[in-house]
Amino acid sequence: MERRHLSLSPSAGRYATLLALAAVPVAVLAVFFVLPVIGMVGRGFRPEGHWDVGGVLEVLRRPRVHRVLWFTLWSSTVATAFTLALGLPAAYVLHRLALPLRGVVRAALLVPFVLPTVVVGVAFRELLTGPLSWLSIDGTPTAIIAGLVFFNVAVVIRAVGAAWEGLDVRPAEAAAALGAGPFTVFRTVTLPALRPSIVGAASVVFLFCATSFGVVLTLGGLRYASVETEIYLLTTNLLDLQGAAALSLLQLTVVVTLLGIGARLRPQRASTQRAPSRPRRPRLADLPQLTVTALLLIFVAAPLAALLVGSLRTEGHWTLANYRALTSTGSHQALLEPVTTALDLSLRIAVDATSFALVLGLLVALSVSRRGTGHREGRAERRVRGTLDAFFMLPLGVSAVTLGFGFLVTLDRPPLDLRDSPWLVPIAQALVALPLVVRTLVPALAGIDDRQRQAAASLGAGPLRRMLVVDVPVLWRPLLASAGFAFAVSLGEFGATSFLARDENATVPVVIYRLIGHPGSMNYGMALAASCVLAATTAVVMLIVERLRVPSLGVL
Amino acid sequence: MRMRALATVGTAVLLATTGCSVSAKEDSTPAGTPSNQASQSGGSTAPKISDVVLVTHDSWNLPKKLVAQWEQQTGYHLVVRASGDAGKLTNKLVLTQGNPDGDVSFGVDNTFATRALKADVFAPYTPSTLPAGVSSYDVAGDDGQHLTPVDHSGVCVNVDTTWFASHKIPAPQSLDDLLKPAYKNLFVTPGATTSSPGMAFLLATIAQYGDGWQDYWTKLMANGAQITDGWDQAYEVEFTQGGGNGKRPIVLSYDSDPAFTVKDGQTSTKALLDTCFSEVEYAGVLNGAKNVPGAEAFVDWLLSPQVQAKLPDSMYVYPVVAGTALPAEWAKFAIQSPKPLTVSPTEIDTHREEWLQQWSDVTSR
Repeated sequence: MERRHLSLSPSAGRYATLLALAAVPVAVLAVFFVLPVIGMVGRGFRPEGHWDVGGVLEVLRRPRVHRVLWFTLWSSTVATAFTLALGLPAAYVLHRLALPLRGVVRAALLVPFVLPTVVVGVAFRELLTGPLSWLSIDGTPTAIIAGLVFFNVAVVIRAVGAAWEGLDVRPAEAAAALGAGPFTVFRTVTLPALRPSIVGAASVVFLFCATSFGVVLTLGGLRYASVETEIYLLTTNLLDLQGAAALSLLQLTVVVTLLGIGARLRPQRASTQRAPSRPRRPRLADLPQLTVTALLLIFVAAPLAALLVGSLRTEGHWTLANYRALTSTGSHQALLEPVTTALDLSLRIAVDATSFALVLGLLVALSVSRRGTGHREGRAERRVRGTLDAFFMLPLGVSAVTLGFGFLVTLDRPPLDLRDSPWLVPIAQALVALPLVVRTLVPALAGIDDRQRQAAASLGAGPLRRMLVVDVPVLWRPLLASAGFAFAVSLGEFGATSFLARDENATVPVVIYRLIGHPGSMNYGMALAASCVLAATTAVVMLIVERLRVPSLGVL
Repeated sequence: MRMRALATVGTAVLLATTGCSVSAKEDSTPAGTPSNQASQSGGSTAPKISDVVLVTHDSWNLPKKLVAQWEQQTGYHLVVRASGDAGKLTNKLVLTQGNPDGDVSFGVDNTFATRALKADVFAPYTPSTLPAGVSSYDVAGDDGQHLTPVDHSGVCVNVDTTWFASHKIPAPQSLDDLLKPAYKNLFVTPGATTSSPGMAFLLATIAQYGDGWQDYWTKLMANGAQITDGWDQAYEVEFTQGGGNGKRPIVLSYDSDPAFTVKDGQTSTKALLDTCFSEVEYAGVLNGAKNVPGAEAFVDWLLSPQVQAKLPDSMYVYPVVAGTALPAEWAKFAIQSPKPLTVSPTEIDTHREEWLQQWSDVTSR
């Protein structure tokens, strides 16, 4: 129990600040998430205009629902475990060791995040039925899990890496000087300090896995149904809104439970020390981590290489024809606008979505993490913060189909007639990115000791200056990392976008789906080329983000 | 110091945005793109009354020129809202019944028509002059009062004739043939639960085998049939004639596909005409449409000779108007089944859930 100061009861003023900070994000989430989801789930509960709770509960008794739930839980757990096992060593190598090209590698690892699942499915199957056919895992849960790891490993590397980079090296050095071996140092010093970001990243990865849609369908060959694919089937095909509502509630319950567990695992207070390390040269002791990272790179690079090769070949010879075709509308007019137009639009939407996500995420992170040491935090206050924190993670736990249909049925009349608003797409994408942003920013913010701000204040710094000298230096890296995430999420988002995007302004993933769904080998080649362009764009944007911070590192 | 870097990022982002905005599209379609400038002008993009808003699936496609011509003639502006397949479209229409997200819809097919009609999605409208042949595709019971047929197509098993020739195996002819050991591990089809052609194939087997269809599917799976989630995966990735160097020479696709695999005056695929299920797509004016005259004019236009003639090349489907000339390659290579398999829309609507449930159980065993 830390009680260095005599307790001052939490003042109403602190509550007011907390609520004021949270007000805007809460309002946005209420309108663009809670309302639509309630609208759709509500229809399941009131099929003929009157309540029928029994019917919904009846759905949960179906044996198929049990199978679906079990598959979702175990496949996501295994995939999360593998993602952590591969991602943590890579986070260390790419953020703590001075390796050539590490910026490029870090940027490249974010690429899978934006690739449309159909395209990744194509690349994976090319591998699994070709060079890797001896594994005979095509169409098995193993293939699904491999796909999930492929998509999500960047989350662990980015989020944990950013924390690792900002970690004070002195405690570890002290422990080593006292005779602790590298493993003991890691277990007793480094791991506890990283725990908030690891748990944060793991919970995001788990939610991404549990709600992944395309991977399960494309790599599992329809033999495996997850909660997400089942909701899709029930809503878009069977119009069984009762069933969909039951599964949506089940999904939400699981998500909330997991968030609760995650919140308990996360220590309430992170380390307050800060003396960022410089990357050091790799040593022999780093060999295991380097090996894992190398394996990971091969694992990520192989499907991407298959994709690149596919995009450069037409009818058996090498050519750039697929890329040249991107300025056209495809064979048989598969598209209404050329891919280049879609790319232009995708980038603009991504900039908007990133700004939304960062502004909202920062507000949420501030309201969730800002705690004083000058008083004992009340239990109620902590509970409010915990609830807020979980609230903003919810968008990850709800099917894009439920949300998409929800938009249509609830935001359809004044004063909320927003169905046709061009802002719907960037806002929806920002909501998808928001949990990632929050999860990246909160650990960093929580690590700031309020006494630093107080010290600054006592030295005469005003609020703005306090923020500049205390908060900004700590937030700088996580903010960039989360900007990268938000940008990548926006560029690659398909589920919600395909619902909301208008035909005249389709984004690149939507266009790729159109291309791949139209016969003609040129369209297929164009789809691969467009995927490569999408991947390259992401990598370049990430690289610029990485580059921009180099001068600032040099200065300090 | 770091602030300077932060400012650099800010500037870069700003440049990126404005840079993109400068290279705006040349044509003047009001795309309503959200850029930072748009925020100042603000305001919603409420459709003007001259707008005709089309709600459709994402296979919708007609030449731009043709649309522009229609817009010029009528003074309407066509706004397209396309997403998902026929199922998603129908359910979207059902969910927004009475306050639709548009004026007119195209793309509800015969497998979903009854659901839409029952939910009262469509307002009564029949074009005043129906060209010959159209009414033979009407939904039984509706008889063209709400839904106007626009196009039709056959979903059939297709074979790669070059593959069978080079392997010196006779190609299969019928649904029964697919169960033979000679064709083990050679067939790929999109799944009925996730794809409309996949559903059509399930219906074809139901039409052919009646109550014995589950038995047929059990044997089909035992003979190594592969199921993918979408048509694109089956055709482009797994099929030997697709873009991705697939390994399976038998695929579930359309009867018009042979017209798309033509090289040097020869087609390399063939549709098995005894395996075809007939799909018809409909258009209709939506209940609660804001621009009813525009919606009606649009339905009329879909039956015009210009649009009907462009349907094959644009959407890979056959025109419903009798006597419409087909493109040369279609006339030569796309052969329609003389007696496609059918299941009535009402029957489909009654049993859809049950059938799909049983199908899922059989195929994931």
